[in-house]
Amino acid sequence: MSRETVEFSVRAAERLNEELNAFLEIDREAPRRAEEVAKGALAGVPVAVKDNICVRGMQTSCGSRILGHYHPPYNATVIERLVNAGAVIIGKTNCDEFAMGSSNENSAFGPVKNPWDTTRVPGGSSGGSATAVAAGIVPVALGSDTGGSVRQPASLCGVLGMKPTYGRNSRYGLVAFASSLDQVGVFAREVNDVARVLGVIAGRDPHDSTSADVPVPDYSAALDGDVKGARIGFPAALFGKGLDEEVSAAVKSVVDVYRELGAEIVEVSLPNAGYAIAVYYIIATAEASSNLARFDGVRYGFRAEETPELRQMYRKTRAEGFGPEVKRRIMLGTYVLSAGYYDAYYRKAQQVRTLIKNDFLNAFKNCDAIITPTAPTPAFALGEKVDDPLAMYLNDIYTVTANLAGIPGLSVPCGLSSARLPIGFQLLGPYWSEPTLLKLAHGFLKARPFTDRPPVSA
Amino acid sequence: MPTNEIDIAKVAQLAHLELAETELKTFGSQITEIVNYVEQLNELDTADVEPALGGLTPEGAQTDSSRPDEIFGSLGQKEALAEAPDAASGHFRVPKVL
Repeated sequence: MSRETVEFSVRAAERLNEELNAFLEIDREAPRRAEEVAKGALAGVPVAVKDNICVRGMQTSCGSRILGHYHPPYNATVIERLVNAGAVIIGKTNCDEFAMGSSNENSAFGPVKNPWDTTRVPGGSSGGSATAVAAGIVPVALGSDTGGSVRQPASLCGVLGMKPTYGRNSRYGLVAFASSLDQVGVFAREVNDVARVLGVIAGRDPHDSTSADVPVPDYSAALDGDVKGARIGFPAALFGKGLDEEVSAAVKSVVDVYRELGAEIVEVSLPNAGYAIAVYYIIATAEASSNLARFDGVRYGFRAEETPELRQMYRKTRAEGFGPEVKRRIMLGTYVLSAGYYDAYYRKAQQVRTLIKNDFLNAFKNCDAIITPTAPTPAFALGEKVDDPLAMYLNDIYTVTANLAGIPGLSVPCGLSSARLPIGFQLLGPYWSEPTLLKLAHGFLKARPFTDRPPVSA
Repeated sequence: MPTNEIDIAKVAQLAHLELAETELKTFGSQITEIVNYVEQLNELDTADVEPALGGLTPEGAQTDSSRPDEIFGSLGQKEALAEAPDAASGHFRVPKVL
């Protein structure tokens, strides 16, 4: 049984890859491994993994020429845990280079196509993982979320996507983009599958000192469809200018459904949310400029040719190995950290980050979760925003706040636009409230199942 | 702090990136636009606000990261050099510094 399931996934991945470009590597030996799998919470479950998470024996390119066919000598902790639970990793998925992007158009290996409309983007940076689940190639996939890179593609592809509380999952083996914002996240079509995978990968890891010593509950336990009495915060001010009308209407309908189901809707205010993009693009790029300094042609990856001097080797390797978005962010980060600018930009951004975090802590005194759209529009066309970096950054407007505050967020599919493109809503909760978010998502989907399937499907 | 002219060539040098003139020009104007966008943070009075340091939750901040001072295994030279662009005599070989 396991072998057949895994074989189906591998065949589907291969068959659809020319059209979707979701996978950078597919493991044809995976079905044979499925036979050897012992028992476990995820025994025989085929999983796709974003190519910025280290899997021993497979490539980890981070969607970049500078790592190309790099093969890490170790498994990320989340991978060890998946494998120990019997899961079978069938491939590594395409992503924006070093997780920088909201459309998967920044990959050195070509864009991923949205299975709902292959002239459109799947979102990013975990576009490949979102697509693999949306197209029915695998039931679950791992991604990473620094500013929305799991939740936003989940929304654009019509699947569930969860970023847990900062420190819930180990970052050991996740190639670092912004260390105070990154978290491994989970994609699935069923809430219970998100719950099962999160339960397996979550937990304190001695290899990651930022992982928290907080017990991992049974995330499947509270999924009974009952949301009566839940208090859901509605931030009306976030539903104004810049939000697509169909998305706004769809998410407001979700609020009506929750009311019908017995939840209480509470007005909340997040006064500093409008500054979140500015804060994020200072902090994330600053941390990235530091984290990406290790890619210098010395110990692994690409090294430029004809560089007889060391520093020339660094400069040429990085110039040839990194794509334009990565270079742009490294330079922005370098600038905001440089002498004379650190206080004006980086320190200021960290102060506003505190204000944003406090907005949420205050709001959560009066509600159990807050509802927002996940993305301001449904999937846009390939090439539509590539020439305007700032316009691209504004896709993250609803998602970056969760990374800045460290709180968990879950994107849930709630319908299709008039162009038959998925729309998602986002649930945000206090620290460690993953059980509440899963319960609320489960309750909604029980009342309004999302049964549509994309035209390109396994 | 108003942004007049970002010395993009200096930034590229600090970031160890060799860029062509055209690239410097394009990146220069894009980065200037983004920096002008983030200037909006100056609208906020943050005089009494503590900068957030990292993304740690209270539980994360309290987590003890120390471990007993015991030896455990490590990668080993062969594995550590396995992906090297230029490994030689058990070392990572690099061009010389002039």
